[in-house]
Amino acid sequence: MSHKVIVPIGPYHPLQDEPEFFQLYVEGEKVVDIDITIGYNHRGIEKVAESKHFDQVAFLVERICGICSSSHPYAYVLAVEDILGREVNVVPERALYIRTIIDELQRIHSHLLWLGLAGHFIGYNTVWMWAWKYREPVLDMFEMITGNRNNYAMFKVGGVRRDIRDEDVPVLKKALDELVPAVNMFRGAVMDDPVIKARLKGVGVLTKQQAIDWCVLGPTARASGVNIDVRRDEPYGVTDRVNWNVIVEKDGDIFAKTVVRILELYESISMIRQCLDKMPKGAIDADVKDIPPGEGIGRVEAPRGECFHYIKSDGTNQPIRHKIRAPSFMNVASNKVACVGGTISDAAITLAAVDPCYCCTERVAVINKPDNKKIMNGWDLIKLSQEKTNRLKQEWENARTE
Amino acid sequence: MDMRDKIKERLGSKIIEWKEDSSKRIYFTIDKKDIFKIAEFLFKELGLRFSTASGVDTPSGFEILYHFSFDKAGQFYSVRVLLEDKLHPEIDSIAPIFPGAEWIEREIWEMLGINFVGHPNLRRLLLSEDWPQGQYPLRQDYKL
Repeated sequence: MSHKVIVPIGPYHPLQDEPEFFQLYVEGEKVVDIDITIGYNHRGIEKVAESKHFDQVAFLVERICGICSSSHPYAYVLAVEDILGREVNVVPERALYIRTIIDELQRIHSHLLWLGLAGHFIGYNTVWMWAWKYREPVLDMFEMITGNRNNYAMFKVGGVRRDIRDEDVPVLKKALDELVPAVNMFRGAVMDDPVIKARLKGVGVLTKQQAIDWCVLGPTARASGVNIDVRRDEPYGVTDRVNWNVIVEKDGDIFAKTVVRILELYESISMIRQCLDKMPKGAIDADVKDIPPGEGIGRVEAPRGECFHYIKSDGTNQPIRHKIRAPSFMNVASNKVACVGGTISDAAITLAAVDPCYCCTERVAVINKPDNKKIMNGWDLIKLSQEKTNRLKQEWENARTE
Repeated sequence: MDMRDKIKERLGSKIIEWKEDSSKRIYFTIDKKDIFKIAEFLFKELGLRFSTASGVDTPSGFEILYHFSFDKAGQFYSVRVLLEDKLHPEIDSIAPIFPGAEWIEREIWEMLGINFVGHPNLRRLLLSEDWPQGQYPLRQDYKL
């Protein structure tokens, strides 16, 4: 592999795009190797957390990611509550329900966001627009419950910060009801469309053994037949008191990853509905004062997989060690096998299929292996990907008219 | 047979200390020379999922916790290793067993300065290329 320095494409703007840098090594059409560089967005949050007190850290970790911004504080408070005992022993009933509602709403908005971008990458811009259109009411629901469309500031050790008002419940239910036809439409658009099938089936395959070896998580693992989901394996909130299914597919290609995410939307909607129905009245905060010395692990099923937090406390009001591992840390690494061997027009969608936090492909540089010359940037890749879809569409049309 | 009994029976005296915070959180301490064999046993034979590893700078040395998840029972088995030599902390890499450990070992290497012997690709992951050599931000003596 060459160690030639490559100028990254596009400005590094951590607020707009999430910077990751992939270098694809290609021979002709075929991707032969990939080099992944991350860390552009590393803000030293683990170190900062060691100088904040336990209440502040919840706000700090919320800012790790704007898309799964409830997963990190949730995993963090679970880790602290693990030191105190278990979540169910510490947190009031009503707060457990509110936590699950927030967590599942976030999954809906995140999966819709991914669906839109995946549509864009393969040239289905209508899917992109519609997915984001139907994501808006989800953000409105967040605004209604938490006051924020993003960074909800709901989680604290021992409970949640805001209650769900009784008069909001029917409005939330109505919004959820209206979401179902939209998800039905996406399911039809993706699962019954022959062109999307032809475009995504067998592309970017991660086999079950590879998924295990690379320790991938969440929908990426479940699409490859690895049956893991923290919500079932180690229930938190009320995930063990509502009825839902873990969606597992076996093909490991991008089509399977898409199907897993779309079907999970139904499960999340159903979980929120059940929570709204079953939610008891009562306190929402246990008013925890002191954190004893000890160590605790908290994990939640973020939209992208298991989000892991480890806290070590020495009895003061600050953690002495806070380890955070986001699911993309494991998933992005697996591109090394999912991408290699595929064609270059599949690279954009393959890299995006693990939902790495989306716009990373803008920073792709393609290198032609024999002479190490840089020939394409990320936008070219997306264009290539879209062109391939159009070609398939044309072939499909031709076959139909013949 | 219960997973914890399987581990206890097989590893026997290699376990220096066994601690159960709850039925879901099991921590056990081993000697650093056994890590490769034990990680191989947990991952390949018992089929535990490697979740991540975390390094801590403690007064008595660097502590690494390898967190293995037994998903069927929702349990975490955290293998604790203490590296007492604070000047030249060193341990066998477990990345040759499975590639999922590659990135986290690179991270601990650059953040805490712990050398992973036998790692296939030990280079910077998160810190930038112009970060000064020999400065490890997650050590306690590194002040912000």
